[in-house]
Amino acid sequence: MPAGTRWTGASILLLLLLAFPLVFTQPHPRHVVITIFLFAMLAQAWNLLAGYCGQISLGHAVFFGAGAYTSTLLVKYFDLSPWLGMVVGAVVAVAVSQLIGYPVFRLRGHYFAIATIAVGEIVNTLMINWDWAGGARGLFVPIKRPDSFLNLQFHQSKQNYYYIALGLLLLAFWITRKVERSRMGYYLRAIREDQDAAASLGIPVAAYKQRAMALSAALTALGGSFYAQYILFIDPDSVFPTALSILICLVAVLGGIGTLWGPLIGAAILIPLGEWTRIYFGGTGKAMDLLIYGALIMLVSIIQPGGIMALAQRGRRRTG
Amino acid sequence: MTAEVLVQGLVSGLLMGFVYALIAAGLSLIFGLMEIVNFAHGEFLMGAMFATFWAWALWKLDPLVSLPLTLALLALLGLLVYHGLIRWILGAPMLAQIFATFGLAIFMRAAAQALWGADFRLVKNPLVDGRVSLGGVFIGLPQLVASVGALVAFGFLYWFIRRTETGLALQATSQDRQAAMLMGIDTQRMFALGWAIGAACVGAAGALLAMFFYIFPDVGATFALLAYVTVALGGFGNVPATLLAGVIVGVVEVLGGLLIAPALKYAVVFSLYLVVVLWRPQGLLGRF
Repeated sequence: MPAGTRWTGASILLLLLLAFPLVFTQPHPRHVVITIFLFAMLAQAWNLLAGYCGQISLGHAVFFGAGAYTSTLLVKYFDLSPWLGMVVGAVVAVAVSQLIGYPVFRLRGHYFAIATIAVGEIVNTLMINWDWAGGARGLFVPIKRPDSFLNLQFHQSKQNYYYIALGLLLLAFWITRKVERSRMGYYLRAIREDQDAAASLGIPVAAYKQRAMALSAALTALGGSFYAQYILFIDPDSVFPTALSILICLVAVLGGIGTLWGPLIGAAILIPLGEWTRIYFGGTGKAMDLLIYGALIMLVSIIQPGGIMALAQRGRRRTG
Repeated sequence: MTAEVLVQGLVSGLLMGFVYALIAAGLSLIFGLMEIVNFAHGEFLMGAMFATFWAWALWKLDPLVSLPLTLALLALLGLLVYHGLIRWILGAPMLAQIFATFGLAIFMRAAAQALWGADFRLVKNPLVDGRVSLGGVFIGLPQLVASVGALVAFGFLYWFIRRTETGLALQATSQDRQAAMLMGIDTQRMFALGWAIGAACVGAAGALLAMFFYIFPDVGATFALLAYVTVALGGFGNVPATLLAGVIVGVVEVLGGLLIAPALKYAVVFSLYLVVVLWRPQGLLGRF
């Protein structure tokens, strides 16, 4: 596809997304699309580290939770605006990521993946036992009335949340695009392909892994802060579980990792599907939704391990 | 804290460590063979525990009596999973492999929930029950039997890998797939065998655990996580090393619970793993 057509396509998509809440005024469709935006953004953040740099993290919920908790605690105890909380949350997540990165980046492949799960479990356990931060009971975000942009609370409609989520998604896309085309992007891909070769060419491998992790963590934390302010309740089980880390990478993997559009495609398919199976099969309390989900994941792994982007690229090669 | 409590803790940690080691051994064996981590390992364990439970609930079979049955059933499950899923992703990227077994884990857990609900179940009045006192240290009999059983199973596994011809072929495949193939070893069969044996280990461990542990669809999660850490601690693909690592994990878990806080015991185990990894990224006895 020529670059011009692609930009036209992207612009049309953006216009459609901007117009969506004006057409669909019901809360539920808006909520589904907001969730798609959120997970596309989280998957994009994960993609920066895993897709471009090849470091398969299975503990990204740590950064999500760091953002969610930092902004919520700052509102609760210091009455700080969640917007400021978002920024502080991102800074906290970056600090945590650098701390984690030091031991885990010495590991490769499965060792790395398992160490990130272990980190996620450690943080989850600590949060459950930290009473000041709500412990296992969790935290309610203090309700502010009336609606205010400064407090990031809109009780009348989901429209503003929609545009904020879209803004965050665009930010994640813009950053990924910038990285993809910069020197850093080439370094990250070199590390992904062969880190020993990359090191022998003089690329500071450890430093660039840390940098990718920091960027990824900051973006994930922004998503976490948004989630907390949108749902207005958080607990360790909803923002720190390994299941969330897995879902984030699943979205990216389904769409196709190491590509700009993969995370959005993955979220646009997986989130409505999850929503649909939950509504039609989940109400019976029999976990039928998860049954379908699990079977689907296995099928995708067998049939198209490169994700949907790989399928699209293969199709394009055949026609072109 | 008195010395007695400490000794008591050390002993129960040691006993539990043998069971952890047996669970981890299956994981390590499969990884050593084909560099695939089975993220559904905990769900295999859950399946074994449920099999034990139903053998008891339906036919009044004691966990120890139905153990060979559970073991065979799990070996069959291992074969099924290998031929139905793993064989198709052998050449796929690592991520696809990770997610294939993750999908299986979600599927199995949901299936257990759909079939049997989320209730906690317990095998009541097992053959061995109560506790004994050994030099002032009290040991639960089911725990003692479980750990001895785990040790026996571990010993058998070790003997099989090191002393039988098939075991040597397994080892050869794990060391160099290409060379093994050139020597006339059917590597596909070795892979399938690896999954059968790996799952059988979990089958034995599940039957032993079911004597004294609650049985529910999510029971595998914690054990699986401990098993991953155990394998990584010992060194991936190094089966004997999992015995050492399992004991360390069991003892650290109990000590962490006693000295720091019971709620934080797993966090202590995982932290220890991260500390070890700083010093030896390949695990205690692993090659890199």
